[in-house]
Amino acid sequence: MSHLLELHGVTKTFGAVAALAGADMVLDAGSIHALVGENGAGKSTLVKIIGGLHGRDSGEFLLDGESVDFRSTADAKHHGIAVIYQEPTLFPDLTVAENIFVGRQPYTRFGFVNRAEMRRATRELTARLGVAIDPDRDARGLSIADQQIIEIAKAISLNAKVVIMDEPTAALSGVEVDQLMGIARQLRDEGKGIIFISHRFDEVFALCDTVTVMRDGQHIETNALADVTTDMIIRQMVGRSVDNLFPKQEAQIGNVVLSVEHLTRAGVFEDVSFQVRAGEIVCLAGLVGAGRSEIARAVFGVDKYESGSVMIDGAVVPRHKPSAAMGLGMGFVPEDRRKQGLAMTAGVQTNITLAIRNQVAKLGFISSKLEHGPAEIWARRLQVKTRALDTHAVMLSGGNQQKVVLAKWLATSPKLLIIDEPTRGIDVGTKSEVHRLISELAGNGVAVLMISSELPEVIGMADRVLVVREGRLTGNISRSDVTAEAVMYAATHGAEHEVAK
Amino acid sequence: MTIRQIKGVATAAPRAPRQTVLSWIFQARELSLIVVIVGLITVTTLTQPQYLFSEGGLRDLLRTPTLYIALAVGQAIVMITRNIDLSMGSILGLTAYFCGNLFHEAPFLPIPVVILLTLVFGAVLGSVNGFLVAFLKVPALVITLGTLYAYRGISVLWIGGNFIRPEWVPTEFKQFALANVFGVSNLLIVALIVVLIAGWFMTSRRTGRDLYAIGSNPDAAVLYGLRTKWLTLIPFVISGTLAGLAGVVYVSIYATGDSKVGLGFELQAVAAAVVGGVAVSGGVGRIWGVALGAFFLATLTTALPVLSIPSLWQQAIVGVLIVGAITLDRVFFLIRQNQARKELSA
Repeated sequence: MSHLLELHGVTKTFGAVAALAGADMVLDAGSIHALVGENGAGKSTLVKIIGGLHGRDSGEFLLDGESVDFRSTADAKHHGIAVIYQEPTLFPDLTVAENIFVGRQPYTRFGFVNRAEMRRATRELTARLGVAIDPDRDARGLSIADQQIIEIAKAISLNAKVVIMDEPTAALSGVEVDQLMGIARQLRDEGKGIIFISHRFDEVFALCDTVTVMRDGQHIETNALADVTTDMIIRQMVGRSVDNLFPKQEAQIGNVVLSVEHLTRAGVFEDVSFQVRAGEIVCLAGLVGAGRSEIARAVFGVDKYESGSVMIDGAVVPRHKPSAAMGLGMGFVPEDRRKQGLAMTAGVQTNITLAIRNQVAKLGFISSKLEHGPAEIWARRLQVKTRALDTHAVMLSGGNQQKVVLAKWLATSPKLLIIDEPTRGIDVGTKSEVHRLISELAGNGVAVLMISSELPEVIGMADRVLVVREGRLTGNISRSDVTAEAVMYAATHGAEHEVAK
Repeated sequence: MTIRQIKGVATAAPRAPRQTVLSWIFQARELSLIVVIVGLITVTTLTQPQYLFSEGGLRDLLRTPTLYIALAVGQAIVMITRNIDLSMGSILGLTAYFCGNLFHEAPFLPIPVVILLTLVFGAVLGSVNGFLVAFLKVPALVITLGTLYAYRGISVLWIGGNFIRPEWVPTEFKQFALANVFGVSNLLIVALIVVLIAGWFMTSRRTGRDLYAIGSNPDAAVLYGLRTKWLTLIPFVISGTLAGLAGVVYVSIYATGDSKVGLGFELQAVAAAVVGGVAVSGGVGRIWGVALGAFFLATLTTALPVLSIPSLWQQAIVGVLIVGAITLDRVFFLIRQNQARKELSA
């Protein structure tokens, strides 16, 4: 018998970055198949290829034993593939019933959209899923759980053979998770094939029968879940060398610079307390969506928080006021440098001096001459490769752009630098250069709070790793004890495995 | 199957547990517009009975809105998909002259054929906008700002110092605007037909519903596999056609016009749509609300002079209404969002 869905040696590159480099997946009907891997392992890209959102560069893709080549999401849908994305994708201004039937609303004999029929079918679908959602209410304002139910109802009404759930439980509470798992089992018993992506191993073990592990865009192993343990899966997920990374140089660790106490924002992070000392690199590790960036943004004052305090050198940093945080010596290198870190259509020189505009102005006018001095110094120190200092930031490579963002903050002589994903989208060679820069920075006595989704980077750079799981600190691992497995365990299992205080 | 009752999950409860008076008014935008229109006409008529109770008065009251309604309905359909068509006024000017000129140059053509050709011309002009927006993915604001000037430029080149001469226009055609059926102005009937067809299309046809969907969440529309290019193009063709219809109506009413016809009408159409309940952010708005919005603005322009409010104030009042309508929308949106959040955490 042929398999329901088969992918072999699928590759996909975006620009210079290889998202998939030989991904395999075999799904059978009546099976719930777990797909696991670290952040950036290529799970989402694979899902998007199956769902028709991206085309593959090479490799085989068989559905019911026949080669298929989807040109659009509609195409994939016609072939019986339904994808439930991590972020529900409903139309907020349409009713629940309309959301389920968008693009294929039934008609009455007189050429009117048959609302009564849509309502009836929606009631039937939701009843089958064991919930009651008013078919006539707008989708706006529905809870995430209900939105997910609607996505599933949509998949059922499409009579999908393959249902892909991309981290469906990430935003759900306990009861809702149980319910979702019940629905998944129901679909399996009806003979559908389900791909279940999750970082929660307890759910994977409770629900799935097979597990495929991906790493660096490649297929690592596929096993029956009965044959593996959590530890084995974690080892497959992280097992790679950390050779090509620049390890942090020894630096004199000084006084406490940043002290965060009981920082809380309902539903985002809770009771977060930690300290960063001069010369220390502290890494916030954890899964995407665990709340790492949110904590950093709150510390810097971009986002609000409800209770707790942030102090620099003993001085309280006012809430929600980045200008005050900058005044006290904080700098923030954001995750998305194109959108948040740089003025893309301004020159390198302007970008570097953006945070010290008062120093480069004369009589209230910014002087290009005054800008040139510091810009020249920092561009040289950080070895920004650019033809001229007035080259627009948009023309630089990713690595050089990141150096410009770093230079901007270094020009302010910060006491604390928060760096969110320092090497995202940067090629391997420049990566180690960025690592060297951050390491030198710590060597000069700057306190560094770094967020990274790349475990080798975390392990190579951090003096201390703070692991965040679902908005809480679940691990505080010092440099001597840090292993990929320990970080992954704290990121996926939480508090029961708290390591060395 | 049991019906679950857990935190954060909607059950078959009534739609909104606590409806404030304010949110009721918001949901019944059409009702409040009707009240305001009736009030405005009443006050104006009490001040100056001729406003309503004279042959010319009632006729004017019921025929001028047709222009606004045709434009506003077209604009609303574009805005519902989160785009905008700024070229409508220029298309109106170009098609009006096209229509008048056709009567002049080809007097042998039957009137319905001239009307049809004018509508097709409007559709072509609109589809140029739609094609550029849908396939080149340039923001509609930029494209239609460009065609606003381009189409007006063509008008100026083509018409020059010329104008539509009343003697070009067949008498039957001029009569059409003045005549009525059982006391209802012909032009009002045209407006009603436009509203009925557009309303049916937008609420009861698959394509119409999909237009709401694409405006409500364009990213989801892609993930969902909707034909987004096609759905982006259609509204511009409709708005171009309706601007062409407005051109025909213009010639029928005024039987004259130079290269400046329709100048600034596109913004009136946006204003009518917004006052009628269309959200600039897309996905929201009902056609009959838009028609009422257009009727209201048309009434206001005729009523204010009668109420001896200087014409200088008219534009300011329209402006305040637009800002007021958008601010109210936003306020109610925030109220509803707040309520939804409270329900979830309750």
